[in-house]
Amino acid sequence: MLDWLQQFGRFWIDLAGSFGRSHIFLSRILLSIPSLVFRFSLVVKQLYASGVLTLSIILVSGLFVGMVLALQGYNTLVGFGAEESLGVVVALTLVRELGPVVSGLLFAGRAGSAMTAEIGLMKATEQLAGLEMMAVDPYKRIFAPRFLAGFIALPCLAAMFSAIGVLGGYLVGVEVLGVDDGAFWSQMKSAVNFVDDVVNGLIKALVFGFVVCWIAIFQGADCIPTSEGVSRATTRTVVYSSLAILGLDFLLTAVMFSV
Amino acid sequence: MQGRFIEILVGIFMLLFFVAMGILALRVSNLSSIGGNSGYEITAAFENIGGLKVRSAVSAGGVRVGRVSAIKYSSEDYNAVVTMKIDEEFSSFPIDTTASIYTAGLLGEQYIGLEPGADFEYLEAGHEIELTQSAVVLEKLIGQVVFSRSGEK
Repeated sequence: MLDWLQQFGRFWIDLAGSFGRSHIFLSRILLSIPSLVFRFSLVVKQLYASGVLTLSIILVSGLFVGMVLALQGYNTLVGFGAEESLGVVVALTLVRELGPVVSGLLFAGRAGSAMTAEIGLMKATEQLAGLEMMAVDPYKRIFAPRFLAGFIALPCLAAMFSAIGVLGGYLVGVEVLGVDDGAFWSQMKSAVNFVDDVVNGLIKALVFGFVVCWIAIFQGADCIPTSEGVSRATTRTVVYSSLAILGLDFLLTAVMFSV
Repeated sequence: MQGRFIEILVGIFMLLFFVAMGILALRVSNLSSIGGNSGYEITAAFENIGGLKVRSAVSAGGVRVGRVSAIKYSSEDYNAVVTMKIDEEFSSFPIDTTASIYTAGLLGEQYIGLEPGADFEYLEAGHEIELTQSAVVLEKLIGQVVFSRSGEK
């Protein structure tokens, strides 16, 4: 019984500890971002790793999500004789919700886990300690570029996801199912507002990018420096960031769209 | 050499982002129809506007010529004052134009239909349309039908 109570107590102390450490960590990253102005090539390299390499999975899944939305939406709307509104359904779902959320989840799985594993291995092989020995600040050299790159990359990926999803919906809706071409685009145009829908979707993606990168880099830097510890940290990155994305999505939607 | 390759790919990546934003802004959303939106505002008082909302369409002959920009309730005349913004290119509506509130389809959204009159003077910014016709409220109509039926017996 006492053992159990001790374990329970330790769990909460560990939780509070890592919560505090992660915030100190975040503030140190944010403070070292200004120094990146002089070494922007570091950020470009990370943009390649977290943005360009994630592009293929984003584009393929965006296309298929858009096509599935068109198929499903058509089957429902045709019952009301409203299949012309297919463009509205596809565009609003993608721009407001699925674009930011699905690309956030994919980004966490593809780029976030890679970030954690890379930084975790750097820690396990004592490369981070080596950098500090050479008086190179790992926050400025390793963490901040990755953070900034992920923060930039996710909104870009979400916008591409939405755009290619709409094209996928167009392919299925207009070319295959025979919805009228003009009605598809014009109804979409009159129903989707740039500021309310597109920009709010991008703000969501920005928030998700911030949180995913924070979780991924912190888990990497905070992991137990063994091969098991790195694998655990990678798992935790994917789980925590997925949960954070879905939870935050609810909050943001409640704030943005509940007029 | 490898650094150059990476930078080119990142350049393409950012370019794709701008293309995607362009598609979202110009094809998917209504940004292009907001841009450079100049027009003139006229008002019309209705007894009942039904389900008319701000940003509802104003059309003449089925062509959209403007949008509703504000709806207020006047407690002096006990009616709803609708301000609508008509696009610049449609600047020649006669003063005796009629404004009526219609419904697009049985369950569709409501819009204002303008029927031009025959006067030689044209509506300008700040003018009020005198001839208006309120929205048909479906519940009232049903109520009238039920009432008249029960009166027949």
